[in-house]
Amino acid sequence: MQHALLLAMVLFALGTIGVLMRRNLIVMLMSVEIMLNAAGLAFIAAGSRWGQADGQVMFILILALAAAEVAVGLALILRLYQRLGTLDADAADQMRG
Amino acid sequence: MLGLLALIPAFPLLGFAILFVTAGLLPKRWITTIGVGSVGIATLLALIVMATFLNSPVPYTEIVWTWIAVSGLTPHIGFYVDALSGLMMLVVAFVSFLIHLYSAEFMSADEGYSRYFAYMNLFVASMLMLVLADNLLFLYLGWEGVGLCSYLLIGFWYRDPANGLAARKAFIVTRVGDTAMAIGLFVLFTNLGTLDIQPLMQQAVAHWPVGSALPIAAAALLLGGALGKSAQLPLQTWLPDAMAGPTPVSALIHAATMVTAGVYLIARTHVLYDLAPPVHTAVAVIGALTLLLAGFSALNQSDLKRILAYSTISQIGYMFLALGVGAWSAAIFHFMTHAFFKALLFLSAGVVVQRLGEEHDIFKMGGLRQRLPLAFWSFLIGSISLAALPLIDAGFYSKDLILWEAWSDGALGPWLWAAGLIGALLTAIYIFRAVFVVFFGPLQLEPTGLTGWRIAIPLVVLSILALVAGFVEIPPYLGNVPAFSRLMQSALPAPPAPVSAGSSLELMLSAIAALIAILGVGIAYIAFRRRPAFLEAMVQSPASLALQYFWETDWGFDRLYDRTLVRPFLWFARIDQGDFIDRFYSGLASLSRAAYRQLSESETGRVRRYAAGVTAGSIVLIAILVFA
Repeated sequence: MQHALLLAMVLFALGTIGVLMRRNLIVMLMSVEIMLNAAGLAFIAAGSRWGQADGQVMFILILALAAAEVAVGLALILRLYQRLGTLDADAADQMRG
Repeated sequence: MLGLLALIPAFPLLGFAILFVTAGLLPKRWITTIGVGSVGIATLLALIVMATFLNSPVPYTEIVWTWIAVSGLTPHIGFYVDALSGLMMLVVAFVSFLIHLYSAEFMSADEGYSRYFAYMNLFVASMLMLVLADNLLFLYLGWEGVGLCSYLLIGFWYRDPANGLAARKAFIVTRVGDTAMAIGLFVLFTNLGTLDIQPLMQQAVAHWPVGSALPIAAAALLLGGALGKSAQLPLQTWLPDAMAGPTPVSALIHAATMVTAGVYLIARTHVLYDLAPPVHTAVAVIGALTLLLAGFSALNQSDLKRILAYSTISQIGYMFLALGVGAWSAAIFHFMTHAFFKALLFLSAGVVVQRLGEEHDIFKMGGLRQRLPLAFWSFLIGSISLAALPLIDAGFYSKDLILWEAWSDGALGPWLWAAGLIGALLTAIYIFRAVFVVFFGPLQLEPTGLTGWRIAIPLVVLSILALVAGFVEIPPYLGNVPAFSRLMQSALPAPPAPVSAGSSLELMLSAIAALIAILGVGIAYIAFRRRPAFLEAMVQSPASLALQYFWETDWGFDRLYDRTLVRPFLWFARIDQGDFIDRFYSGLASLSRAAYRQLSESETGRVRRYAAGVTAGSIVLIAILVFA
């Protein structure tokens, strides 16, 4: 129980660090997926702790959401790549103040 | 049928609203139909209302709704028609309609065609409200409305900064008078408790003794407003510059209607002037001085429209002279004839100027008599009427009546009469100077283009009116038909000298005035057609040139105001730029600019920075929720 939540926390932290540290857009998207899965794991763990199905319902919702997010995210990354010729997230900084 | 009264200003106002909202998107034919048609309907309604009124001349008030109701002040949107306002309404609507028709052709090549008609319609609506208002606050609304339209139309060709300057000058100078008038309204309301004109006049008579301080103050303040609007001494400097606007605008606003609003105001509140004899005398003296000064100035202008502008100032001087001696109906009579012949002069001058390719200098014109016969005959008829040549024209009857009434006004009378007589001589000289220089002599500039029926009809109709409009008031020695003054006596008190008295003295004075006018035409003929050598030499002498320059520049009034008011004000504004109030506000501005610069540093455009910011914020929030 405790262990599952700890694992979820570690995964979430790793995902966050990945988003913040990596510049490759694909890797950043993967890191976001890891964060989502960490959240899903926390829901599953909580559901099994209280013996309720809500946690699993929530996880299926997160799965669907993640699929949609990847579809939109990859399309955006493709457009960015066509425009900038690179996958470097920091190259897309034309909107600075 | 009098119930149609409120609709008369409503139609031009509706026309303005449509043209203003559509902002030139309508097809041109529609713009013409709306712009001219709305004023045409107003004219028809005015005719119906006036015909009904003449059947039974009883004043009629129509209150449409209550405008404001606060602690005792309840001005209405209300219309009042009596002989005075009815006649003003009819003349304003009719002349406006003719000038709108003229404009439909005159302005047809202009890119601001729709804007022009929008402003003109708003002007007509405001002017009709001014004339028909039953209370002074509503009158003041129309008063400011016509001022606004005057400003907009003087600066109509706004791409030339000089036109904008002329427009601002007109607005600011009349503002001086308008401020005085507003204070006058405050004085009247705080002391008499109403602004409805008829009850106000009754209250004034009931509460104020003749010659006491309050009526003098109120009358003087209202006079200030009238002086500004009607371009009388010392606020006359804006009118010559107002000629920067299109010529039909000069004809309608700066000759026939708006500038006579001051005359109407004084006639409308004549009871106050009867209660304030010093102010009443001042009106006559100001009128006499103005008509002389403007006459001399008109004599030395070379711009055709400026000649007519000074002539307008001078003729309104006659109206003020008449008001000042208590000849109320004579002033309104002269307003009517002046509206016809001065509009005619401006409109025919507009044809000359446009056909010569915007040439305003009369000395570059000449010999146009055969080339522009319609403009020549119209201008000649207008000039005859303005110069008041005897018997055959309208101007003679109205000016003659003013001079006779001026003579009969007590001790000051003969002096005022003499001023009017010299003014009449000047009038004949300056206007026939223009006639001889522009239309006679060798041809200098070949006119181009054509003049269509929409210009021709107003010229013909106004020419007829400039000749026959005077026959509504025929003096006793010629047949005695005082129809006009009899009508006016239902609204205005009788003049000092009974109109129908009929005496050899009156006949003699009329003969003198007639001879003076003919003499003026003769002088103009000799000086500007014959050009004898001794006269040329006299004109070219240094002293004479200096005097001509002095007169041409309006007796130095512009320079005087520039030195004593404009320049000190600009100087003060310049040295006062860095005072502590300005410092405070510019400090605020630079503070926010610095803060903006600091904050915009954080907008790097990098998505990882933003994500880091969101993360840090979430951690802080969660930490607060968990540990607090």
